[in-house]
Amino acid sequence: MGSFQSLPDDHQYRTLSQKTGFSLEQIAILHNRFKQLSQNEETLWRDDLKTIQDLESNPIRSQIIEAFFDSRNFQKDGVGSVEEIGFEEFLTVMSYFRAPPQNITVEQREEMRRAKLRFLFNMHDTDNDGTITLEEYRHVVEELLSRSGALGRETAKGIADAAMLEVASISVGPMAPDEFYEGITFEHFLKILNGVEIEMRMHIHFLNMDATVLCK
Amino acid sequence: MELKMFLLVLGLLVGTGSPDMGSSQGKCSESLVQGPQTQENRTHTTHSKKPFPVLSFGYDYVRLPFEISLWVLLASLMKLGFHLMPRLSSIVPESCLLIVVGLLVGGLIKLVGEAPPVLESNIFFLYLLPPIILDAGYFLPIRQFTENLGTILMFAVVGTLWNAFFVGGLLYGVCQLEGHRLVTVDLLSCLLFGSIISAVDPVAVLAVFEEIHINELLHILVFGESLLNDAVTVVLYHLFEEFSSVGTITVTDVLLGIVCFLVVSLGGIVVGAIYGILAAFTSRFTSHTRVIEPLFVFLYSYMAYLSAEVFHLSGIMALIACGAVMRPYVEANISHKSHTTIKYFLKMWSSVSDTLIFIFLGVSTVAGPHEWNWIFVVATLIFCLVARVLGVVGLTFVINKFRIVKLTSKDQFIIAYGGLRGAIAFSLVYLLNTDHFPKRNMFLTAIITVIFFTVFVQGMTIRPLVDLLAVKKKQETKRSINEEIHTQFLDHLLTGIEDICGHYGHHHWKDKLNRFNKKYVKKCLIAGERSKEPQLIAFYHKMEMKQAIELVESGGGSKLPSAMPSTVSMQNIQPKKPPQDRALPQLSKAREEEIRKILRTNLQRTRQRLRSYNRHTLIADPYEDGWNEILIKRKKMKELEKKISQMNNYLTVPAPPPDSPTIARARLASDPQAWGLKSATESIPSIKVDLASPQSPESVNIVDEIGMKGSQPKVSEEGGGLTMKVPSPTKPRKDQTTDEDNDKEPQQRLMRCLSDPGPAAEEEDEDEPFLH
Repeated sequence: MGSFQSLPDDHQYRTLSQKTGFSLEQIAILHNRFKQLSQNEETLWRDDLKTIQDLESNPIRSQIIEAFFDSRNFQKDGVGSVEEIGFEEFLTVMSYFRAPPQNITVEQREEMRRAKLRFLFNMHDTDNDGTITLEEYRHVVEELLSRSGALGRETAKGIADAAMLEVASISVGPMAPDEFYEGITFEHFLKILNGVEIEMRMHIHFLNMDATVLCK
Repeated sequence: MELKMFLLVLGLLVGTGSPDMGSSQGKCSESLVQGPQTQENRTHTTHSKKPFPVLSFGYDYVRLPFEISLWVLLASLMKLGFHLMPRLSSIVPESCLLIVVGLLVGGLIKLVGEAPPVLESNIFFLYLLPPIILDAGYFLPIRQFTENLGTILMFAVVGTLWNAFFVGGLLYGVCQLEGHRLVTVDLLSCLLFGSIISAVDPVAVLAVFEEIHINELLHILVFGESLLNDAVTVVLYHLFEEFSSVGTITVTDVLLGIVCFLVVSLGGIVVGAIYGILAAFTSRFTSHTRVIEPLFVFLYSYMAYLSAEVFHLSGIMALIACGAVMRPYVEANISHKSHTTIKYFLKMWSSVSDTLIFIFLGVSTVAGPHEWNWIFVVATLIFCLVARVLGVVGLTFVINKFRIVKLTSKDQFIIAYGGLRGAIAFSLVYLLNTDHFPKRNMFLTAIITVIFFTVFVQGMTIRPLVDLLAVKKKQETKRSINEEIHTQFLDHLLTGIEDICGHYGHHHWKDKLNRFNKKYVKKCLIAGERSKEPQLIAFYHKMEMKQAIELVESGGGSKLPSAMPSTVSMQNIQPKKPPQDRALPQLSKAREEEIRKILRTNLQRTRQRLRSYNRHTLIADPYEDGWNEILIKRKKMKELEKKISQMNNYLTVPAPPPDSPTIARARLASDPQAWGLKSATESIPSIKVDLASPQSPESVNIVDEIGMKGSQPKVSEEGGGLTMKVPSPTKPRKDQTTDEDNDKEPQQRLMRCLSDPGPAAEEEDEDEPFLH
């Protein structure tokens, strides 16, 4: 995990820009934010992210924070999670939320889509086994409903079960009663989210403004 | 043939209609009839009374309602007729056919010698336009609308302004150049004309776009533009009309005009929102008077429109705001039936309005008065088209810099081509004062020509063009629960990432608004516990309800129907449970209570107990109240299937622990509705479960034992509100304890009879309601 010199180094910015696709101004802004979050240290810890006030009310807070420390999001074959990340990893995770550029070929768009869906998949697949099991999916739905009060685990369970049934019936088709559907693989995940235009929706406007002024 | 009969009936109707339209003739005939009578009276009053009139003719009494009904009937029959001719209706859009019919009717009336009725502006604005706009506003897809709001506003405001000034200015130039006849038309009149004709008409857009099923983005862009440009049109219209008499406009006037625009649009929205909140608040208390719920929705919306019109604010925007604001809260409060009523009444009214408007457009065309001027009319037409195309292209160029989903040139073409003009423009011109605008008739002719051109030529050709250009059509796919889960997940994820970035973006504010909504607003405006229901659960319950309805309609069955076409069921995804879990009863009481509570509070809450018909309430509909039962049963069925499949592996199990009769009794006591349904098999569709269980002979015994007890349905504490139409009288609740005691004995007897296997017997108890 590459550590940074505290003075912004143009050359390093440029390599980052090439790797992640952000512009130099955006990288500078995000670097400022990184420094603010990590209290001017080189690396970011989980607790640093937990201090963000706005994140308190987010039901999937812990999963979002985990995603930043998940090695699978840093490079293709990463395994396991880490305790601290540097700016490069921070930027890599952020790059999943870039908007697709205007002149993009169909293959590039498809690749972008797969990358974003892979990010989402990794968020759900917490035990790194490559499939989202029923338990993991139930956990996802429970977390989503966790802020909404009193309706309990049973409803979440029912919803997750129904969703799983749907995935199974779409991906695998009719199954004999003794067959067992282990979990949602990445391919199935792609299939069921075909209708949602992920590459269009999963993005943040990284405007060229200094974000540190506004944040808490 | 059907069609010929239909045409004959139609001809007769029009025939009887047209003399009635001409009131003078009617009166004449009446007075003729009365004439000899009065004479008779004068000669005979002194001597004897006149014979009692068995049959007399008093048309004046019913004249107005009669004529209105006749016109509406004509319009509806026309609509009926078009759909009997599928070939025709697939080529020509309905609006064109209706205008043609209007032309024919107008021609007929003129032939008879009467003056055909013209589309009076106040009838149009007060009675014909609001239903269409309310229908559009109430069912406006909020999510897409707000996502594209920037684009829509750009098109609506800047686009309309551009069109108005371009057309007005160029027409003025043409008038000046043309010379002798047109030189009197001054700049302000031209600008006024330009502003009237530049507004895209929501009625025409709806009529045409509804039939071509274009993708949602384009639909919402063109339609949203047609709704929001009303504010611009209102302001420009009043501005130019005010000052046309004076003759000049100063800079202060322009500034005041801009302020006026803000007041008109924002004021309209505020007025609409206030009425919307009032409607939502009122609907919170309507749980005892379900019948008049739809009335509140309609009345508040109409009041919003009229209130906005009082202050010359934008009535259309008020109506849209009212409908959009009130909808989520009202729908959470009202019953399912009221929701259906509102939907169908709105569709019905807007459909009738729409038809009447187009027919009257045709009739008014025949009525005139016209003043045809080739140059003016042709110039208007050309400038309108050119202005629209240039405006759309230019604006898209600017807008695409800010959009993620860019608008392609195909999209731009459809947006430009879909800019239809309609009856609003016509009515506005009709309102013009002839003294101030001597060329009003010429304007009228020009507008009618443009309207005809856009509706006929553009309306007819847009469908083949859409197919030719392979524009994306509306996707008919059902929203799956996975997509819903992930949409919500994405919303939260993006909000979280924005917070980490420290960037207060779109998602952050949306999330804040949602939380504010949930915390404060929903508590005030939604009755009872539904205020806490999150969206995902609401979606899930809606889906469950749909599935339950499908289940019932397909005549019952143990597997879930069409929504999950394959035979994947719960057992395929449940991991095999270790055997230690088995001995527990299937549905713990607490869990069942929870499920029932959730279902009951989140489904409709009709509590009608009156058996007699009463204007103020509706009879309890067993189908409606039965959903709860059906849904609970489905849940149980799912559990059962799972258990049964697992159970088939176990043949011998130690006898159940001694408290099982209590549990069994508790189960029975808490599920009386099942018994109630058992007795009322004729009225309720029943769900059959085929159990190839080896225990069936014994289970029959249980049926007899418990069936006798259960012939009188008990009412549980929770289910007290639901009443079924059961043939046998309902037992009062007091008896429940005695019944429980009575039940205990046979249960214990049974437990003693069936020694092996214990849990299977427990299974069967649960099954009894389902076996037939």
